Amino acid sequence: MTGAEPNAVGLRRDAFLERLALFGLGGPAVLLVFVTMVLPVGWLFWLSFLDDSGALSLEHYRRMIEQPSYGRTFRTTFEISVLTTAICVALGYPLAYVLSQLPRRAANLCMIAVMLPFWTSLLVRTYAWLVLLQRRGIVNTWGIKLGLWDEPLTLVNNLNGTLIGMVHIMLPFLVLPVYGSMRAIDRDFLKAAANLGAGPVRAFWQVFLPLSMPGLVAGIIIVFILCLGFYVTPAVLGGGKVTMVANRIATDIEVFFNWGAASALGVVLFALTIALLYVAARLVGLNRVLGGDDP
Amino acid sequence: MSKKPTALSILAAVLLGSAAIPFATLDAAAQTLTVVSFGGSYQDGQSKALFQPGAKALGITVKEETYTGIADLRLKVRANAVTWDIVASGSGSAARAGAEGILEKLDYKTIDTKDFLPNLAGEYCVGGDVFSTVLAWNTKTYGNNGPQNWADFWDVKKFPGKRSYRKGVAGALEPALMADGVAPADVYKVLGSPGGIERAIKKVKELKPHVAVWWSSGAQHAQLMKDGEVDMITGWNGRFDVVAKDGAQVAYTFNQALLDYDCFAIPKGAPNKDLAMKFLAEISKPQYQAEFTKYITYGPTNKKAYDLGTIDAAYAKRLPSHPDNAAKQVTVDLDWYIKFEAQAAAAYENMLTE
Repeated sequence: MTGAEPNAVGLRRDAFLERLALFGLGGPAVLLVFVTMVLPVGWLFWLSFLDDSGALSLEHYRRMIEQPSYGRTFRTTFEISVLTTAICVALGYPLAYVLSQLPRRAANLCMIAVMLPFWTSLLVRTYAWLVLLQRRGIVNTWGIKLGLWDEPLTLVNNLNGTLIGMVHIMLPFLVLPVYGSMRAIDRDFLKAAANLGAGPVRAFWQVFLPLSMPGLVAGIIIVFILCLGFYVTPAVLGGGKVTMVANRIATDIEVFFNWGAASALGVVLFALTIALLYVAARLVGLNRVLGGDDP
Repeated sequence: MSKKPTALSILAAVLLGSAAIPFATLDAAAQTLTVVSFGGSYQDGQSKALFQPGAKALGITVKEETYTGIADLRLKVRANAVTWDIVASGSGSAARAGAEGILEKLDYKTIDTKDFLPNLAGEYCVGGDVFSTVLAWNTKTYGNNGPQNWADFWDVKKFPGKRSYRKGVAGALEPALMADGVAPADVYKVLGSPGGIERAIKKVKELKPHVAVWWSSGAQHAQLMKDGEVDMITGWNGRFDVVAKDGAQVAYTFNQALLDYDCFAIPKGAPNKDLAMKFLAEISKPQYQAEFTKYITYGPTNKKAYDLGTIDAAYAKRLPSHPDNAAKQVTVDLDWYIKFEAQAAAAYENMLTE
């Protein structure tokens, strides 16, 4: 009669200890994230509400509303990120599709080609585009020599150059998750669709595309969010005409020593990104697409 | 039994040693200065012409480091971890840093600047070399009939071609006003009066469609000319001389250029402030400054340097602070920058992103 009671207590204690041990395992990581992420970000967040004398103020946020250049910087940032993501999808999805249809060995070889840019420094790749695309660069020299165009095209030091550079850097981030989810699709589903009378186009739209969605959505989110923080590429390939939020933050810190203003920019970008993702998640049903629990 | 004496003797040695070390380090520290500058060919020249010979003359050791600018120093001062005794800086950044309180006031009883060109020694920083923001052009595009003044720079009919202009506001408004017909002597008077900044920015906006690149660093504007990416540009004269030596087709004029200077300052809380002051006095002497010009076409701030006869006469004519060249230029007014730069920068950024 007394056997059941201690047993239940013991079980509960065991469960508690186990949870504690698990938490202990995660402890160092949690601590690391706290020290290297939460603390500095929190500190910057706090700074953004202080004026130069250290008093509480909304000065930095007010300036962002009063000066039209800040609004334009945010618009440019989101426009470029959307454009880059769209181009990456247009180029990356078909590429991943082709790769997923290839035999394993050939696909792996091609994957190496896709991954190759990853192993080169971002800065080097960006400057390489500058050399290729500038007025007397290789592309223009050859284009004119071959009679394709007469006057040098303005390919760089503007939005075009920035987009070219960013797409080049971001493409693997889209191809990888899409390729992964495509590889996981059971080919028998497509055969079944054909069996039921669907042509290849219909089979693709109704079976393959929905099944590859989790990878595509993951890729889009990764690319889009990484784009928002770009600094080097617009600075080098934008010719001073493309100012993204990160460039603006650098100016505020390096030229004006204004940590508060720079922090405020970061906070607003963070908030806008979260808001956008939330809306996107509600619209697309992100949880379901990414294979999470159905709400 | 044999162990204890050993431990004791080690302890004794450590105690003795630690007692002796402070004296040794104090002695050495008093004789060592840490100087920080921008690296590259610029600091190379400074090292060979100023820092090392100056150290030798004072019988001290100078340790050199490099940094990227005053922002680095600000972090050190805020963290109470200043290890630098002297920093090299642009005049504008130093003036602002001084106003902000992270630099020591300089003692001009120790540093002798009576032979300096006017306005090249401030409360917080003493001029080390003089450079110019000049109008440069591609000699292949324009031959021998290049643009000669800012009005020409703005004249896209007479001088068709791609322009490049500075992305930051520093040195960007003065040429615009001169192109708009303001006499060089009146530039800062107009800029400091109501509507002056707007007038200059309106003029830059006029040129905006023809600006292919807004440059943001000296390395960049030199590269743009070397690659032939643009036909006309503003920039720092020494950089153009370096790429011209490398085969770039570039020429520039001192006419209506902006005379500016690099300087040395002592950070607040510098470990060896008094020695640093003496060192600055030493390297401000004309013979050091004359030597420095051999490494880069930046001129001396001490005009006596021209009288020593160590600078070749033909070469001296190519330096920004040579009297003939200085007379054609506008000296950058730091007081204007301290007062108006933030406001002008915001307006400039608005114009750029429009």
